[in-house]
Amino acid sequence: MSPLDTAQNGAQGANGCGSAPAPVLKERGQREVFCGLTGIIWLHRKIQDAFFLVVGSRTCAHLIQSAAGVMIFAEPRFGTAIIDERDLAGLADVNDELDKVVGRLLERRPDIKMLFLVGSCPSEVIKLDLSRAASRLNRIHAPNVKILAYSGSGIETTFTQGEDACLAALVPTMPAEDAAAPKSLLVVGALAEVVEDQMLRVFGDLGIGPVRFLPPRRAAELPPVGPNTVMLLAQPFLGETARLLEERGARRLAAPFPLGVEGTTGWLAAAAKEWGVDAERFRAVTAPRAERARKALARHREVLEGKKIFFFPDSQLEVPLARFVSRELGMALTEVGTPYLHRAHLAQELEQLPATVQLSEGQDVDRQLDRCRAAQPDLVVCGLGLANPLEAEGIATKWSIELLFTPVQGYEQAADLAELFARPLRRRAILKVA
Amino acid sequence: MQLTVWTYEAPPHVGAMRIATGMKGLHYVLHAPQGDTYADLLFTMIERRSARPPVTYTTFQARDLGGDTAVMFKTAVQDAYERFKPQAMIVGASCTAELIQDDPGGLAKALDLPIPVVPLELPSYSKKENWGAAETFFQIVRALAGPYAPPPGTVRPARPEGVRPSCNLLGPTALGFRHRDDIVEITRLLDRMGIDVKVVAPMGSSPSDIARLGEADFNVVLYPEVAHSAAAWLQRTFRQPFTRTVPIGVGATRDFIAEVAEMAGVDATAILEAPNSRLPWYSASVDSTYLTGKRVFIFGDATHAIAAARVASEEMGFTVVGLGTYGREFARDVREAAKLYGVEALITDDYLEVEAKVAELQPELVLGTQMERHIAKRLGIACAVISAPVHVQDFPARYSPVMGFEGANVLFDTWVHPLVMGLEEHLLAMFRDDFEFQDAAGPSHLGHGAAPTAAKAAPIAVTVPEQVPAATAKAVDTRPTASATPPQPEGTTWTPEAEKELQKIPFFVRGKARRNTERFAAEHGVALITVETLYDAKAHFGR
Repeated sequence: MSPLDTAQNGAQGANGCGSAPAPVLKERGQREVFCGLTGIIWLHRKIQDAFFLVVGSRTCAHLIQSAAGVMIFAEPRFGTAIIDERDLAGLADVNDELDKVVGRLLERRPDIKMLFLVGSCPSEVIKLDLSRAASRLNRIHAPNVKILAYSGSGIETTFTQGEDACLAALVPTMPAEDAAAPKSLLVVGALAEVVEDQMLRVFGDLGIGPVRFLPPRRAAELPPVGPNTVMLLAQPFLGETARLLEERGARRLAAPFPLGVEGTTGWLAAAAKEWGVDAERFRAVTAPRAERARKALARHREVLEGKKIFFFPDSQLEVPLARFVSRELGMALTEVGTPYLHRAHLAQELEQLPATVQLSEGQDVDRQLDRCRAAQPDLVVCGLGLANPLEAEGIATKWSIELLFTPVQGYEQAADLAELFARPLRRRAILKVA
Repeated sequence: MQLTVWTYEAPPHVGAMRIATGMKGLHYVLHAPQGDTYADLLFTMIERRSARPPVTYTTFQARDLGGDTAVMFKTAVQDAYERFKPQAMIVGASCTAELIQDDPGGLAKALDLPIPVVPLELPSYSKKENWGAAETFFQIVRALAGPYAPPPGTVRPARPEGVRPSCNLLGPTALGFRHRDDIVEITRLLDRMGIDVKVVAPMGSSPSDIARLGEADFNVVLYPEVAHSAAAWLQRTFRQPFTRTVPIGVGATRDFIAEVAEMAGVDATAILEAPNSRLPWYSASVDSTYLTGKRVFIFGDATHAIAAARVASEEMGFTVVGLGTYGREFARDVREAAKLYGVEALITDDYLEVEAKVAELQPELVLGTQMERHIAKRLGIACAVISAPVHVQDFPARYSPVMGFEGANVLFDTWVHPLVMGLEEHLLAMFRDDFEFQDAAGPSHLGHGAAPTAAKAAPIAVTVPEQVPAATAKAVDTRPTASATPPQPEGTTWTPEAEKELQKIPFFVRGKARRNTERFAAEHGVALITVETLYDAKAHFGR
């Protein structure tokens, strides 16, 4: 059996969050998770003039076109430079080949303003230095195109860590904020545009600003960063990005994540406190929105209350989601698995989890399936590879990737988020065939 | 290094997964980094399989590379053996593990498991999915049936009197295009001929079934891409002949029956004389007259593309204007077939090249894969899917083979469905100004969702938001995208009147009319295309 480690033995130093009572089950077996390349599926939509060129194998190309469950058949803003035998045998110089591919690509797509060279497992193993390639190519293609590199490889990154790596690559290129600039708020993490717009309205009503977002919608709109920048993480998987922003002087506000009513209120409150918004104004701005969201949630709470839920590790959203479903929807947590537990960023989330929850970090998928079956949950949150097999065993599932592809943050989306969990159970109740 | 937007084939280890997932009692241990497990969803989502593929991945990470990944692999094999208790295992590496050279075969052998363990060498940087499937099947057959091979030179004993002849069906896999139903259809057909099917493999078979492949009198190769190398080995080793005809379409099914009858020594006269398929009458009935000479572009795996070309030409009365495959292993067969239709075969796995070819040819119907379905959608051309790569909708709930006589019925329906029907075609041509007959209306039986995108003014935005580069989106053109447009011959321009007249031609033949007119103009040295040129070209090319 895997050892039961205590929280303090976490991979990252547990700074000041020893209050989480549950021992964490650490697993190191088969991980049924996506690699960081998968993040390209939403990132390429988010930054509208960016192109993501994976330097990898046919497997990488096939992964990206399959991972969304459907193929996105618009001419995509991503592609793969497939390394072949000639490159490996040294018959072709890999760097020359890459330069040629990039040249052809940019010729074909003159609308591209930012190009990410995305490292993969094969490129990492053959030690192809994409950062150097990026600076070399920058000299050729500047100023029309900015070329950056990051790794989305499975050996380095798990699923959403790909977004972290991508945003981390952007940080050094962000302009320096003027030292005399007023304090600004930087919201970090890819969000749906509708969510960003809602947040801007709320921050506006609170008198908080200027508010900027990373990643921006366009390559040229990279926000500035400096000692007067205060950041709020919108996603829980941005450890490296946050670290680099801190190095550039930004200060992270400790906050829960804006999932559910409580999470959103806590998230906004962190900024409000920083900006010295008085309690009455904060209440006036947030209470009506929170009330509306709670009303919308009630319908789903009826379906979900008391139901047992089991999380397989996937996106690192698991802990905030578990907090949301247990506190706001009354669901009973069994195991909450996460690929990686970032204790510092999740401190406020972990405090709010019930003491009975079993947290697990990493994975041994067969053993976890055994535990899942034994726990007899009413709903399992898992990846696409596991969902149908579990359904066939009679266990309702929610595919976790949808949580990344759907606007779920903020007050107005709280009920949408709940609905994602309620829908599989509603559907099972409707169907009269089995 | 090759720039790839979409890939027709997965890497070869996914081909091996298609074999393993189709089989029972076989387990695949794949040395692969974290993330390669994505391949499970191909089977659980696209094919809606109710069980996980029988695959264990080592899912090593960077931190493991400094340590002993070989030990990880051995542990994974041992654990998988104990947990799943398979009859046999296959072991191999994915692209990344191939680079770290841990030798999965040797490591697994060292464990000395009490079951056959078949090592796979699938070079990821030069080979692809179908090759991987074929190689895996061949290695499994050789390893498991090999021990039962008669000594070389042994003459196959004659079948005892009163025993029905028997065969194996070779080639169907998990994630195969309509394999599930083709097996049923061909098994029924063979049964009508008095022939038993002993083993269907790989799909549905177990390692013990593979071991007794040599018992049947002959082999039926349904999917040469997967089964040809195994069948050739079985012929050499067990003196089992195998079939060469793939029974797709009425003609090919009849040829198949004749070939099988000869091999099995049965009389197939009765079955060949019986009315078996509705296709011949449906094709002959007057309603189908409008199908005559429809220009069709065909692309897929070699087997389905070649078969579709024959059906299109001989059984539907279409004109094959393009034929190609992404599978280089069978390129020669496709080139041979293309000669029959006077076209040059397109052998490529570059999606953009296929798109450019379709745009250039402006066919009225595309028979292709899911890739071509999207190309056709963008170009506003009717399309039916005939081959892998597959999508969830290629696994219909209903019985829907493409082989045998019922398969021919399915082909007729599937290919005719996306076309504008006969009388409607005339009405569209006659009453261009009817508001419901605008280009965007499309074939009336397909509803608004099927509206072709060949309409004016940035049509792409309707079906595929986000895709057009700003530069090409601006071009107001009847043609969908600049990149997908046939190059206009040097020095020809259209007068506004001629452009306007061109718009009166229904959308589904407009591309052809434009192309013919421009070709006519080029050939006759006409620099400015007028309304008269348009009609000169129409008269010249006929129809």
